[in-house]
Amino acid sequence: MTHTVPSLTETVSAEWAGFRAGRWVDHIDVRDFIQRNYVPYEGDESFLAPPTEATTALWAKVSKLLASENAAGGTLDVDTSTISTIDSHGPGYIDQSLERIVGLQTDAPLRRAIIPNGGIRVAESACKAYGFTLDPKVWEIFTRYRKTHNDGVFDAYTPEMRAARSAGIITGLPDAYGRGRIIGDYRRVALYGINRLIQDKEDQKSSVEIGSMEEDEIRLREEISEQISALRELLTMAEAYGFDISRPAGNAREAIQWLYFAYLGSVKEQNGAAMSLGRVATFLDVYMERDIAAGVLTESQAQELIDHFVMKLRLVRFLRTPDYNQLFSGDPTWVTEVLGGMGTDGRTLVSRTSFRFLHTLYNLGAAPEPNLTVLWALGLPEPFKRYAAKVSVDTSSIQYENDDLMRPYWGDDYGIACCVSAMRLGKQMQFFGARCNLAKALLYAINGGRDELNGIQVGPRFEPIHGEYLDYDEVMSKFDFFLDWIANLYINTLNVIHYMHDKYSYERLQMALHDRDVLRTMACGIAGLSVCADSLSAIKHAKVRAIRDEAGTVVDFAIEGPNADSWPKFGNNDPAVDSIAVDLVERVMKKLQKNRTYRNAEPTMSVLTITSNVVYGAKTGNTPDGRKAGEPFAPGANPMHGRDSHGALASLSSVAKLPYEFSQDGISYTFSIEPSSLGKDDSGRVSNLCSLLDGYVSEGGHHINVNVLDRDMLRDAMEHPERYPQLTIRVSGYAVNFVKLTREQQLDVINRTFHARI
Amino acid sequence: MRGTPIGGGLAGATDASQTTATIHSVETFGTVDGPGIRYVVFFQGCPLRCAYCHNRDTWTRAGGKTVKVADLAVDIERYAGFLRPSGGGVTATGGEPLLQAAAVGELFDLVHGLGLTTALDTSGHAAITPVIHALLERTDLVILDLKHADDDAHRNLVGVTNRRIFDFAREVARTGRPLWVRHVVVPGYTTAEADVAALGSFIAELAEHGDLQRVELLAYHELGRHKWEALGERYLLESVSPPTANEMRAVAEVLEGYGLPVRRPD
Repeated sequence: MTHTVPSLTETVSAEWAGFRAGRWVDHIDVRDFIQRNYVPYEGDESFLAPPTEATTALWAKVSKLLASENAAGGTLDVDTSTISTIDSHGPGYIDQSLERIVGLQTDAPLRRAIIPNGGIRVAESACKAYGFTLDPKVWEIFTRYRKTHNDGVFDAYTPEMRAARSAGIITGLPDAYGRGRIIGDYRRVALYGINRLIQDKEDQKSSVEIGSMEEDEIRLREEISEQISALRELLTMAEAYGFDISRPAGNAREAIQWLYFAYLGSVKEQNGAAMSLGRVATFLDVYMERDIAAGVLTESQAQELIDHFVMKLRLVRFLRTPDYNQLFSGDPTWVTEVLGGMGTDGRTLVSRTSFRFLHTLYNLGAAPEPNLTVLWALGLPEPFKRYAAKVSVDTSSIQYENDDLMRPYWGDDYGIACCVSAMRLGKQMQFFGARCNLAKALLYAINGGRDELNGIQVGPRFEPIHGEYLDYDEVMSKFDFFLDWIANLYINTLNVIHYMHDKYSYERLQMALHDRDVLRTMACGIAGLSVCADSLSAIKHAKVRAIRDEAGTVVDFAIEGPNADSWPKFGNNDPAVDSIAVDLVERVMKKLQKNRTYRNAEPTMSVLTITSNVVYGAKTGNTPDGRKAGEPFAPGANPMHGRDSHGALASLSSVAKLPYEFSQDGISYTFSIEPSSLGKDDSGRVSNLCSLLDGYVSEGGHHINVNVLDRDMLRDAMEHPERYPQLTIRVSGYAVNFVKLTREQQLDVINRTFHARI
Repeated sequence: MRGTPIGGGLAGATDASQTTATIHSVETFGTVDGPGIRYVVFFQGCPLRCAYCHNRDTWTRAGGKTVKVADLAVDIERYAGFLRPSGGGVTATGGEPLLQAAAVGELFDLVHGLGLTTALDTSGHAAITPVIHALLERTDLVILDLKHADDDAHRNLVGVTNRRIFDFAREVARTGRPLWVRHVVVPGYTTAEADVAALGSFIAELAEHGDLQRVELLAYHELGRHKWEALGERYLLESVSPPTANEMRAVAEVLEGYGLPVRRPD
């Protein structure tokens, strides 16, 4: 197909010379450009180059900065007076003479910016927490003259929403900070240049000159105007660094630089919970291949460009409060980049640059960011599978998601926002909705809507369960009613949040890098799935006695009867309980779907906790499965620790049963294993991990974090963090520097998620 | 087991055979007891009383659970998608699987029917009977643990004579089944040079007559200790520390002196 299309010559555009033409020439269509021009790579890693001298020298400087940041308690510096916008700061450098790719969020590396549109209070208290003082003028602007998203949300919240929020049944909501989870198609800036993108947006705007202008049309016209302004500001920002990005990028270095500027503009404008990169490697590879073929780029230089780009991505920072850190531990930014996967035409999307990205974990050492995500498919070239598995064994820095499962839903040009949320690039966005606490919802059902910890009536007052022993059918019927209530409250709360976010903290630049009409999803989530499934299993298969306090609130449970020890537990590939977990996912999703959403967003759901499984557990009383009040939940969709007694494959198989159809925002599983349990030697570990991933993908599993780590080393790292500055570990959906986790979370990782040999 | 069959391979097998086995547990992701990823069945009951046993809770038949062999196979089939591409399969260990040789043999037949390989991880303390022969015929790999070449020391460390075990080893060699020999290095108990040399000499004899593929040295570790304490038993090797790298190397070098394919732990 592609061979019959003539290559473009300089008469079309000097920057596109040599590319194969297609729809992408006349329309904004990056996928078409990739499909017509990329070269699939089926070979192994032997072509890769070590770091250049400039890379090593620059990384040494960055490492020093990172060490000072750690020593300063996590935040090195804050610009407390400049309100961050796309072009708010002059150029910043680490060492201009060494940097092949330039651009920082402020005028100095690791100097954090204030982005108060999401909420001024968060900016102010974050400054205070790290020993800085917010400029009073900024405070005045955002309290007297300019309303924030946070203020808007609290103006509209109902008392019930506030109560649910403070009881911890719905938490982590993006109501005081940027919602994130939007991926601009940053590749567009490299391929087309800003002028062309502005022209396209002007055309879009004139397409909304119609007979009857109502709220939707008026809002859209305003949004497109804002998008155009943002693109102009991006031009100004790049100019300050000495680049003219009005035109397309003309070579590999420019392509990376243009693309990075687009991403940089976005993280200067938005303090989003997750600011993901998308799917850039194979796009960039087209430029790399062209330069290499022309003899103007060597492999060493190609790797250097990727290494320097990745260094920049490792330096992205947001100013956040310590309690945010409790939910999303380790200062994550979720600069998620997906690698690999297969095209809908059967060719692999692996390119040499997919390898180059993975190789940064050797050239620069392990790191949590960018959040490298391998799209695993049975058809991936074996050498790429083996290299990815080797990187996992050596660095524990990457995660895997099932491309065979997602491709039918999202095609072959989707990215992952945050941890597990797939979206077609430039065509889809989500309204991030954090998660509700399913285990607590079950306790509310038992207690008639009263909170088990403080006795406050949070949910609707209805008849609690009175019997001494819990009856499965009675519990389920009350739980079902309660899930309807929580689904409705949850969606309404998100409607408020996203209405206000669009109004006061619109993502101008990121949305400028989308089509005019995007698919919006309302991304809800659940925490505590395995606690809840196990609780229901204990009630169904053993005898669970309710223990009440003087006020009649059920505050504890005793598991009795002949099956007191042997009732089925999630994580053992046992249909008797796995079917309960599957039912819960489907049931909650169907209840969410019954509700009307802001901007007609499509409701979706995730089974993902980030690191909030610890905080959710802390806010939840004793549960019928025998989990004690305050104990952490399992992360994501993981079985509860110690209950998956049949080994990893049984555990994986249970998780793989959870239906993606009803959880399209992703299902997260974290797998940690000691090297000696994964295989006898490196080659065996790589082979076993490949087989494990192939099996998980064929079973329909969606996501898996892989940690291959020695527990003794983790214990040593708790005592001597200074010796392990780059030690990286995957938690639910992202990776962190182990030493940046709170002590509770470090213990949670060590004690609860490891598979070891019996 | 609550396994339900996926795919047709063994559906109905449950009715075909009523043979049962007593097992301690299963591990679905075994990676060290044979090649590839292995579904490991821990059979309950063992005639040995090794002082360093790391599965102390598998000694007596009591306390195990009784399962139908056919049901075990149905459960194994559910993991075939993981096991088969890895070149893996099923490993019978324990406890001592030879105590239930008929059941293990029947299981191995079913496992072969699934296109998976079979491995027998054993201490070899069994008389050579037709049942044992039949089992060996269904075994793709024998992993045989040799504890000590000196019979007195063997009795002291393990509680039984080594004569049957050595006869069993010779028999495995004679049948030509692929064989891995394992040996646990316990400082002060197995490390005297003369003892290691005698062991090396015996394994060399196996290599000469059979298909010895590797000799795996395992470092004694204390990881099984908590299981003894949980059973209210005194842990006999309290004063023994795991071997140093030097001690491991010394043992390996003696064995290598007999031309053996020795693998040391990383």
